[in-house]
Amino acid sequence: MSKSIGTSGSLINDPRARAWAFQILAIVVVAALGWYLFNNTQTNLEHRGITSGFAFLEHSAGFGVSQSLIDYNESDSYGRLFLVGLANTLLVSILGIILATVLGFVIGIARLSPNWLVRKLSAIYIETFRNIPPLLQIFFWYFAVLRLVPGPRQSLSFFDALFLNNRGLYVPAPVSADGIVPFLVAVVLAVVASIILARWVKVRRDKTGRGFPLLLTSIVLLIALPGLAALIFGAPFHWTVPELKGFNFQGGWVVIPELFALLVALSVYTAAFIAETVRSGIQSVSHGQTEAANSLGLKPSRTLRMVIIPQSMRVIIPPLTSQYLNLTKNSSLAAGIGYPDMVSLFAGTVLNQTGQAIETIAITMSVYLVISLSISLLMNVYNKRMALRER
Amino acid sequence: MSTHTFKPDLPPPNRSIGAWAWMRANLFSSVFNTLLTLLALYLVWLLVPPMIKWAFLDATFRGTERSDCTPGGACWVFIKMRFGQFMYGFYPPELRWRVDLTLLLAIVGTVPLFIKAMPRKAIYGIAFLIIYPVVAWVLLHGGVLGLDAVPTSRWGGLTLTLVIASVGIAGALPLGIFLALGRRSEMPAVRVLCVTFIEFWRGIPLITVLFMSSVMLPLFLPEGMSFDKLLRALIGVILFQSAYIAEVVRGGLQAIPKGQYEAASAMGLGYWRAMGLVILPQALKLVIPGIVNTFIALFKDTSLVIIIGLFDLLNSLHQATVDPVWLGMSTEGYVFGALIYWAFCFGMSQYSQRLERRLDTSHRS
Amino acid sequence: MSENAKSLGIGDKIMIQMQDVNKWYGQFHVLKDINLTVRQGERIVLCGPSGSGKSTTIRCINRLEEHQKGNIVVDDVELNGDLKNIEAIRREVGMVFQHFNLFPHLTVLENCTLAPIWVRKLPKKEAEEVAMHYLKRVRIPDQAHKYPGQLSGGQQQRVAIARALCMKPKIMLFDEPTSALDPEMVKEVLDTMIGLAQDGMTMLCVTHEMGFARTVANRVIFMDKGEIVEQAPPDQFFDNPQNERTKLFLGQILH
Repeated sequence: MSKSIGTSGSLINDPRARAWAFQILAIVVVAALGWYLFNNTQTNLEHRGITSGFAFLEHSAGFGVSQSLIDYNESDSYGRLFLVGLANTLLVSILGIILATVLGFVIGIARLSPNWLVRKLSAIYIETFRNIPPLLQIFFWYFAVLRLVPGPRQSLSFFDALFLNNRGLYVPAPVSADGIVPFLVAVVLAVVASIILARWVKVRRDKTGRGFPLLLTSIVLLIALPGLAALIFGAPFHWTVPELKGFNFQGGWVVIPELFALLVALSVYTAAFIAETVRSGIQSVSHGQTEAANSLGLKPSRTLRMVIIPQSMRVIIPPLTSQYLNLTKNSSLAAGIGYPDMVSLFAGTVLNQTGQAIETIAITMSVYLVISLSISLLMNVYNKRMALRER
Repeated sequence: MSTHTFKPDLPPPNRSIGAWAWMRANLFSSVFNTLLTLLALYLVWLLVPPMIKWAFLDATFRGTERSDCTPGGACWVFIKMRFGQFMYGFYPPELRWRVDLTLLLAIVGTVPLFIKAMPRKAIYGIAFLIIYPVVAWVLLHGGVLGLDAVPTSRWGGLTLTLVIASVGIAGALPLGIFLALGRRSEMPAVRVLCVTFIEFWRGIPLITVLFMSSVMLPLFLPEGMSFDKLLRALIGVILFQSAYIAEVVRGGLQAIPKGQYEAASAMGLGYWRAMGLVILPQALKLVIPGIVNTFIALFKDTSLVIIIGLFDLLNSLHQATVDPVWLGMSTEGYVFGALIYWAFCFGMSQYSQRLERRLDTSHRS
Repeated sequence: MSENAKSLGIGDKIMIQMQDVNKWYGQFHVLKDINLTVRQGERIVLCGPSGSGKSTTIRCINRLEEHQKGNIVVDDVELNGDLKNIEAIRREVGMVFQHFNLFPHLTVLENCTLAPIWVRKLPKKEAEEVAMHYLKRVRIPDQAHKYPGQLSGGQQQRVAIARALCMKPKIMLFDEPTSALDPEMVKEVLDTMIGLAQDGMTMLCVTHEMGFARTVANRVIFMDKGEIVEQAPPDQFFDNPQNERTKLFLGQILH
């Protein structure tokens, strides 16, 4: 009885009651703010005569796009245009991730080289490129470098197969021929054979301790089987080499200048960060680990594969993933040079044409949110699984 | 009992010291290493001499016109002639002293914060953070105290870049701290709100944020009310950046041992006092390097405002290079811009690395 | 243990021969004319103030450190730049470190089987049997499937000893094996080492555990400023040191 008198008199001083009150207050404030913004938006839209909703996605877009991975023409709908943009965003992101990873790992490892010159050069690379805004780098490649490149008639040619001019980079494209089916079958067979071989090597080593040159054999298999298929059944594909016809090149694949500039700048920029990630990941494995492996008589290559890499990859993978996410988000800088990615097509052109600001931006943002959140979810699972078990 | 006479220290054998030994160990330790060295030297030879030739030997420094420049080398005349615009944008030339004064005050004002022996640093810092923005606004924008008004649409160049970056960080810092506290709160509703907020902003690119603030923000406001383009961009930048600051601060809060929280509440301090007097001062000190790194990222990100048509440094450069009078000067323009951005970012990152090392040693004891 | 028992099991074969070994770290002369002969089955304790070069000496024996002058011959193989020789010696010399240096991403069992499988080319099953044998000897077979991080310091060091033993080395080097341990865990590690000594293992041990030196070692070496100042059987070394520096050092550590 006496207790309850005490509390009822000073509800403000009861921490639990205060927590409840505070939370309710927080929710009310957020809800009120949301309602206020919603209300304002409604009135504003009404006054401007914009009907909200996603019906516009069905309407015909009426403009062309400089690069599309799926069939698209001017009469197609905004919805299809969204897919074009999404595909272009994914194209830049995936190619950029591959290039940045290769470059970043090479430079990160070079950063730890016993060679002084190599070490210094990679340090200079890292410190230069990560301290210059990516958009400026994109502009540099697009407006400074690619503008200096001559026109189609004076293209820079590499081995008469690659051509660079101010309309883009032209590369040979494979076109399937008669031998394609046997060739693909042979590739699949070689891969399957290598996997089976790998299993067998492991089983045999567990049983007898004897080794086997697995990598070499697999490479030979992967070259020999498809090669044999090509010899017997004819070439699987032939290359169409770009050729100058009239004022431009025909045949082959073309990397448009916007894609080229974006790809080079983003890979170079992100590689600097990946290199730092790789360096610190490798350095996080203490020198004692190498010494212990050495003192057991393990060869340097084996030490690297069994001791250093497994440990450093645990450290490298989480920040590496966030670099991949950054690159994907930075691909939106495409808007600066007019590469038709999702942001510049949808949050730029479509928004201007239709005035559907809320819808277009919401769609664009949700794509990025879905990508980001699903990757961080995967990362959390990975971290939980990979965490070193400690007491 | 015998006494041991120690042998004198001898110098190491010749082959393990000196320039030759150094080169053998660092450049030619193996066949592979020698090949790498040669490859690296070839790369340097391929890149460095042409760059020096372009930027210095063949470059033109004197003159006032395009025709003064010799082809082949860099035309730094272009930079010289447009320098004012790169620094101040369209700020009226006769009033540019106000920008200089603002910057000077910022430098003079922050110096005491870097002096170790300075007493009451925190109080000074907070006072500076409150007073300086007012002074800076009066100086830059004017319209009061007899100063001519300069609308924000005329601000530009490096000035605008610095304004966006510093307002962005100054606004994001307090918001970020509250978000970080909220994320670690024991109240589920508060936690969920903060997590949602943080993850939302961290999940989207800044460009979409800028698009949003330029086209959606006007829709959110009551009719007839509108802000200036710069302010809209700033709001977007602050919200975006606060999410990143929140994550940095959260890292600091997590690094504070549990004992500190327990000790603070054992002393009878309430939540806000415990945080304000015990936890935050320690946590914020720990995360200064992280905050500097966030600031570097923000400084680079300011270049994105070109997308919504603000004339920051990058846009000023870009506009100058498309000027018909100076067509073909893109390389000079972007190289100059890259140098400025690089100098700021590199300087700050060196500072944050030094801080990190210092914090590292002080913690190891 | 009597003098007799101490010299018991010491063979004639010379396992380690160091001759006028000199080493520099940059300009700093860390080892000066080290001469040391170790016979099969000998148990040697190296002691001395920190920075005296005792760790460097034993780390030269399996080439974790490179010496610049003099000769080192281990098990009839000369240590020079030849990688084959280095690998051959490392196979025969086990080492235990101050900070254990277990591989944290591998289980205790995998830590023990890694080198036998990849260096000795043992079948996995056989390597695991060997590993379990030595884990039993260090009395932690039940921890075989745990990760190093889940064990106590003493247990980790015993795993490290087992890991080295799985290579069936002819010589064991111990680099301050108990210095990083909590006091209550020192004994379990020392007991393991004593057991090893009783089996006739050739051992070189850098340690400050003077009790261990007295009971197990048949020779104690005192180093200072990169030189061997005094070496003697433990009884003589502790009860009647011949050298002023030795006496001073013993006075400091034995209170």
